[in-house]
Amino acid sequence: MTDAWQPPAAPAQFAFSAENEARARTIIARYPQGRQHSAVMPLLDLAQRQQGWLPPAAIEHVARFLEMPRIRVQEVASFYTMYRLRPVGRHLVQVCTTTPCWLRDSDAVVAACKNKLGVEFGGTTADGKFTLLEVECLGACVNAPMLQIDDDYYEDLTPEATERILDAFARGEKPAPGPQGGRRSSEPTGGPTTLAQFTKDG
Amino acid sequence: MLLDQDRIFTNLYGYQHWGLAAARKRGDWDGTKAIMDKGQDWIVEEVKKSGLRGRGGAGFPTGLKWSFMPKQSDGRPSYLVVNADEGEPGTCKDRDMLRHDPHKLVEGCLLAGYAMRAVAAYIYIRGEFHNEADILEAAIAEAYEAGLIGKNACGSGYDFDVFVHRGAGAYICGEEMALIESLEGKKGQPRLKPPFPANQGVWGCPTTVNNVESIAVAPTILRRGASWFAGFGRPNNTGTKVFCISGHVNKPCNVEEAMSIPMRELIDKHAGGVRGGWDNLLAVIPGGASVPVIPKSICDSVLMDFDALREVKSGLGTAAVMVMDKSTDIVKAIARLSKFYMHESCGQCTPCREGTGWMWRVMERLVKGRAEVSEIDMLLDVTYQVEGHTICALGDAAAWPIQGLIRHFRPELERRILDYRRAKAA
Ligand code: FES
Repeated sequence: MTDAWQPPAAPAQFAFSAENEARARTIIARYPQGRQHSAVMPLLDLAQRQQGWLPPAAIEHVARFLEMPRIRVQEVASFYTMYRLRPVGRHLVQVCTTTPCWLRDSDAVVAACKNKLGVEFGGTTADGKFTLLEVECLGACVNAPMLQIDDDYYEDLTPEATERILDAFARGEKPAPGPQGGRRSSEPTGGPTTLAQFTKDG
Repeated sequence: MLLDQDRIFTNLYGYQHWGLAAARKRGDWDGTKAIMDKGQDWIVEEVKKSGLRGRGGAGFPTGLKWSFMPKQSDGRPSYLVVNADEGEPGTCKDRDMLRHDPHKLVEGCLLAGYAMRAVAAYIYIRGEFHNEADILEAAIAEAYEAGLIGKNACGSGYDFDVFVHRGAGAYICGEEMALIESLEGKKGQPRLKPPFPANQGVWGCPTTVNNVESIAVAPTILRRGASWFAGFGRPNNTGTKVFCISGHVNKPCNVEEAMSIPMRELIDKHAGGVRGGWDNLLAVIPGGASVPVIPKSICDSVLMDFDALREVKSGLGTAAVMVMDKSTDIVKAIARLSKFYMHESCGQCTPCREGTGWMWRVMERLVKGRAEVSEIDMLLDVTYQVEGHTICALGDAAAWPIQGLIRHFRPELERRILDYRRAKAA
């Protein structure tokens, strides 16, 4: 992975696919008449999922779709951290390093990611498969340390588990998300201390 | 100790299915119409009597908040907005309610929305909770399908919609005015109050913003009665509460317990104790990143509730308990939070925009001891200049962790400065 990644060029044109256009209309219908600007965030998300990132043409398209000044859409797109205004790799690997994760040694998870992928935060692997990012608390702190790959959380990580997950993605697999240390969700490891009748397995 | 029969979130850990059939077996949507038949004012009164205080951090009495909504419409519709933009570091309770017990929230939306004469609820969920939002949307679809919400909800004659709005990554949207701006399709920047949301919230209409947990506990309170809920915890600090216990414990977890449980009991009973034993405890941040840290000597006996934690100059916040044992670099732990607030400042108010960056840079130097002893007081002074001088509470939230650090760990800060100086001289 010594050659640098060549990001794709920004497309000159962008339009929603027929399917996404239908989705966009359903989304707009959630808001009161005349308040279609409220749909800007979900529509930017749709565009991003379609294109992989948000090139200027996509922002333009969302603006036209919602009859909204382009600059207002741009403003929204640049304010929120989940919008990608530059191309990223196929999988987005986002490691949480905020204090609760840091207390559980997110440093080791970060090192495992950097080591495995051969990139620093903000970098994309030469094959374009992964982009590595550092993020703030993802709201899974009792399952720290954790990271998010695309839409899924991988929790209770060790450096070994982290490498195993990244290897699986590299092979084109999708390992099971959630806690990697054997527990189900946020209950104490070894079994809940409460809710006896409600936590029988099966 | 709280008995299982008195726990509200019986599927907190998702051992059972989140769907409607299983939720009904757990007691959700039971007699919802009968509750609505008792009337809007009865619901508000009952929630007031239960003593429920907002579960999102500020602890404002929920029933009182609901009572601020107009009883007579001036032509504008009213809205309930649910804050599911969970992002206060240490906090991960709403996530479990959304993915494992979503029907409690949907039913709560109907009852709270009805009580406030709202036409719809918008649940603003953080964008990173993609899978959780999918489950919530599926639960809402089930509720529509079963006639529980929508036209003539539960056969009550009342029409009520519930929608999901996904965020896109911005801690500041957890602030209610920023959340409203964001729901309108703008940058999430807080607005000055007044006007308060109950007068002019989303789309200029009367709006109440409540935390997920505040809304999700409402149906059970209304079914079992205000006095049942008020029977847990201490006066003014009533009810059950989902705590998130993270950091240096043997078994980090979420757990629902009675309010006012002693911190030590909470940690020992449910989180397997502090790593290395209680005597290995250094300090705890008891209510999410924005509340001041407290040292072990206070943790030994403090109760987990609004008033007890306030008395020790900290706070219950979101009830996210971050435990730090003696191996912790406490200055670094707090410095990391300073970085968080710098990153999340929306940039609108100068004291916060400039102050969070300035405070973080000084904190980073204090980690190494690369500072003058006099800078500790200068830093403290800056925290007071930021605190209370911004539109929203983010400025305060950035100031408090540092104030807590200086209050309880000043000798540690001074030691580092002297050590650094000595090492440099040698
Ligand atoms: S600090 Fe990492 S998920 Fe909360």
